Amino acid sequence: MKKLLTAIITAGIVALSASPVWSADADDYMTNSGGVESLRGQVEISTINKSESLKQVPRDQKLIDRNYVQQPPMIPHTTRGYQVNLNANKCLSCHSFKNAGEMGATKISVTHYETRDGMTLSDVSPRRYFCLQCHVTQADAKPLVGNTFQPVDSLR
Amino acid sequence: MLKRLKRLWVVMKSPSSASMGFILLLGFTGGIIFWGGFNTGMEATNTEEFCAGCHAPIVKEIRETIHYSNRSGVRAICSDCHVPHNWTDKIVRKVQASKELVAFAMGTISTDEKFQARRGHLADREWQRMKGNDSQECRNCHQFDFMDFSEQGARSVKQHSTALASGEKTCVDCHKGIAHQLPNMEGIEGW
Repeated sequence: MKKLLTAIITAGIVALSASPVWSADADDYMTNSGGVESLRGQVEISTINKSESLKQVPRDQKLIDRNYVQQPPMIPHTTRGYQVNLNANKCLSCHSFKNAGEMGATKISVTHYETRDGMTLSDVSPRRYFCLQCHVTQADAKPLVGNTFQPVDSLR
Repeated sequence: MLKRLKRLWVVMKSPSSASMGFILLLGFTGGIIFWGGFNTGMEATNTEEFCAGCHAPIVKEIRETIHYSNRSGVRAICSDCHVPHNWTDKIVRKVQASKELVAFAMGTISTDEKFQARRGHLADREWQRMKGNDSQECRNCHQFDFMDFSEQGARSVKQHSTALASGEKTCVDCHKGIAHQLPNMEGIEGW
C-alpha cells in the first residue's frame, strides 16, 4: 500500500513538472504579428525596441534642391528654440516680405498670402502660418524605406 | 527719552577703558558678520527658488531652452541675466526691485492669467534695460572679443561681424525670448 502511494505521488510529480510547453516561440510569433516584418524589425508587438540615437540637424548647410516642382523647400539650418505660436513667429522675422531683404533670407512665396478661396491677404494667411507643417529641417539620415523616385527632368 | 539719548551720547563719546586691541577685534568681527550677512542675504535673493516665488511660470519656461539644457551642462539661472554682476550696478538694480515688492504685495502677477496679460509689459521693460546697458548681462559670459566667427554658423557670422561689431545693434535687439516664451510681438522692431 505504502509502495503504491509513493509510486502514485512520484508519477504525479513527474507529470506535473514535465508539464507541456504551450508557447513554442515560433507559434507565438505567428499569433501576434502574423509573421509580418515591419520597420521595427522582426519583433513582437509587446517588445520595446531599443531607440535609435537622435539625428543631429546641421547648424547651417547649403540650400537643399527640390525633388519635385511643388515641394516645399526644406530648411537648411537648425530651428531649435524658434517660437511659432499665437504671439510670435520666429521664421517670419527673417523670411517675411518685410524682413527678408534686410536679413538676406529667402522670401516666403506669395501663395502664403492666399486664403483657400484664392483671396490674397495683406499678411500671411492663417492656414500657412505654421511653417514647420510643410518646411522641415534635414538631418543626414538614411531613408527608412528604399524607393526609386526620380525628379522630373527639369529639376535634375 | 531725551535723557536716555543724552546718556547714550555720553557713553559713546567718552573713551572706553577697553584695550585698543579688543576694540579693533570687535570692529573686525562685527564688520565680517555684517558685511558677510548682507552679501549672503543679497545672494539669497538671487536664487532660482526666490525668483520662482512670484515668477513661477516663467522660471519653468527656461527648461527647454539652451540656457537650461545643452550639450556641455553649463547653465544660466535667472539672476545671471536679470541682475547685473558688477556690485554697484547690482545694488542699484536691487533697490529698483523694491518696487517689485509692492507688486508682490498687490498680487499683480499672482495668477497665470494676470501674468500672461502682463508678459508684454514685463518683457519690454527687460528689453529696454538690456538695450540701455548694451546687453551687459549677456556679455558677462558671451564676450564679443573672444567669438570665433569660423566656429559660428553662416547666419550668425553675417549679423555678428556687421551689426554687432559696429555697435549698431546689441545682443538683445535680435536675441529676444531666448530663455522665455515671447509676448505678442506685433509692432516690435524686427518682427
